[in-house]
Amino acid sequence: MIRFDAVSKRYPGGNEALRGLAVHIGQGEMAFITGASGAGKSTFLRMIPLLERPSQGSVVIDGVNLARLPSRRVPYLRRRIGMIFQDHRLLNDRSVFDNVALPLVIAGRAHHDIQRRVRAALDKVGLLHKERAEPVTLSGGEQQRVGIARAVVTRPPVLLADEPTGNLDPTLSEEIMRLFEQFNQVGVTTVIASHDLPLIERLGHRRIHLVDGRAA
Amino acid sequence: MKLPSILRSWAEQHARAAIGSLGQMRRRPSGSLMTTAVIGVSLALPAVFLLAINNLQSATAGWDGTPRISVFLEQGAPADIQTRLRDQAAELDDVAAVELITPEAGLRSFEQHSGMEETLALLDENPLPAALEIRLAEGVGSRDAEQLVESLSRLDGVAETRLDRAWLQRLEAIMALAGRGVALIALLLALTVILVVGNTIRLDIGNRRPEIEITKLIGGTDAFVRRPFLYTGLWYGFAGGLMAALLLIITVQVIGGPAGRLAELYGSGFQPTGPGLLGTLRLIVIGTALGLLGAWIAVGQHLSQIEPEG
Repeated sequence: MIRFDAVSKRYPGGNEALRGLAVHIGQGEMAFITGASGAGKSTFLRMIPLLERPSQGSVVIDGVNLARLPSRRVPYLRRRIGMIFQDHRLLNDRSVFDNVALPLVIAGRAHHDIQRRVRAALDKVGLLHKERAEPVTLSGGEQQRVGIARAVVTRPPVLLADEPTGNLDPTLSEEIMRLFEQFNQVGVTTVIASHDLPLIERLGHRRIHLVDGRAA
Repeated sequence: MKLPSILRSWAEQHARAAIGSLGQMRRRPSGSLMTTAVIGVSLALPAVFLLAINNLQSATAGWDGTPRISVFLEQGAPADIQTRLRDQAAELDDVAAVELITPEAGLRSFEQHSGMEETLALLDENPLPAALEIRLAEGVGSRDAEQLVESLSRLDGVAETRLDRAWLQRLEAIMALAGRGVALIALLLALTVILVVGNTIRLDIGNRRPEIEITKLIGGTDAFVRRPFLYTGLWYGFAGGLMAALLLIITVQVIGGPAGRLAELYGSGFQPTGPGLLGTLRLIVIGTALGLLGAWIAVGQHLSQIEPEG
């Protein structure tokens, strides 16, 4: 599903985030990306939805070599990838419902379809009763769950999460990770960058450890 | 996707963008109103000028630019000479119609229009000569007209001829100049509308940067991101056009009365007219188009610079 071949990323200024990284994550797999700050975890995740392009090497997602993907096709690639951020990235001037509905609106789904799917996604993360709330009135864990609902509402085949539990206490963190496991169990390829090693050990999925831009 | 569902999706996306951008404008009413007012005034100004010129043109349309020649006969010319001269004049080339104004008719008309009946009654005899009012055929050039004046003045019994054209030509020249000036002003104010809308949209894009980034992040196409801003420009232009139409109608109401009275004093049946339904619609359409254009330019310049940071 996700294949990195000898991928390097050098930023202007000489900083090298990835150095010949080779990784393959199969369809339906769940993997954790670990490593110290600056080891290249975020860069790795950012290359999958083409938020960044490699300086060298190739990234192939679901059989598509991203180097050959024309830029007008990039939005359609991103629609197939659910993304979850440490800082949630919610729109604070819109209700929880509208935030979760955004990917469906972008995809041009019918109104009744949107209603149904948003409710289903919110129900899944246990926030159906908060659909009219403003994101700022929610706790950190709740906001993260809204972010997850938004990422999965289109039922994408790939789910990416960059430090999704970075600001949460251990109980909430585990809850969030269990949620990811549930999505993975229905066949979603799930990749999570995290430094919460004890939790990762306990969950016991594949672990890709990055050191200096390489898989260790 | 089947075709009807693509169409439905397209229509729904547009409706959402159109309504959403209206909502965004309503959320900051004072700013939106200010922008609308600037557009409205910018559109109303040239529209008022244009309307004034149009009215002036229709006010002078009675004197439709085809010159008339006044031929004054010798004082005391008898009635048979008057009619002979009238018939001779009517025979000439380029003459459309000849009207004989006898001294008596001339005096009556003078009495009516000048209000000097009592003074005129003191005169022993009618001081006015008989006159011929000659209307020229359509499309007679000024050289032909002058030749006609020549041959008329050579006729026996003609004392004086006068070609009444110079002042009309001057008026036409002035109006042409005014028209050119209004066109220039209209162009500058159209540019103002484009710049005002463009700047408003630019600020709007800046304010909604996080939203744009997130939308791009989760697969919004450029068209999707662009759409609400284009609709915002369209609404501004539309609202500005409406406001301009309103200002125009008010102006006509305020000025129409006195202008009509002035025309009446000049003995003209002219009635000032407003922009009419077509003119109003045109104003609104132009406003809408300018708003859209301004938004298009701003969106083209500023939206592509925003790329999401993951």
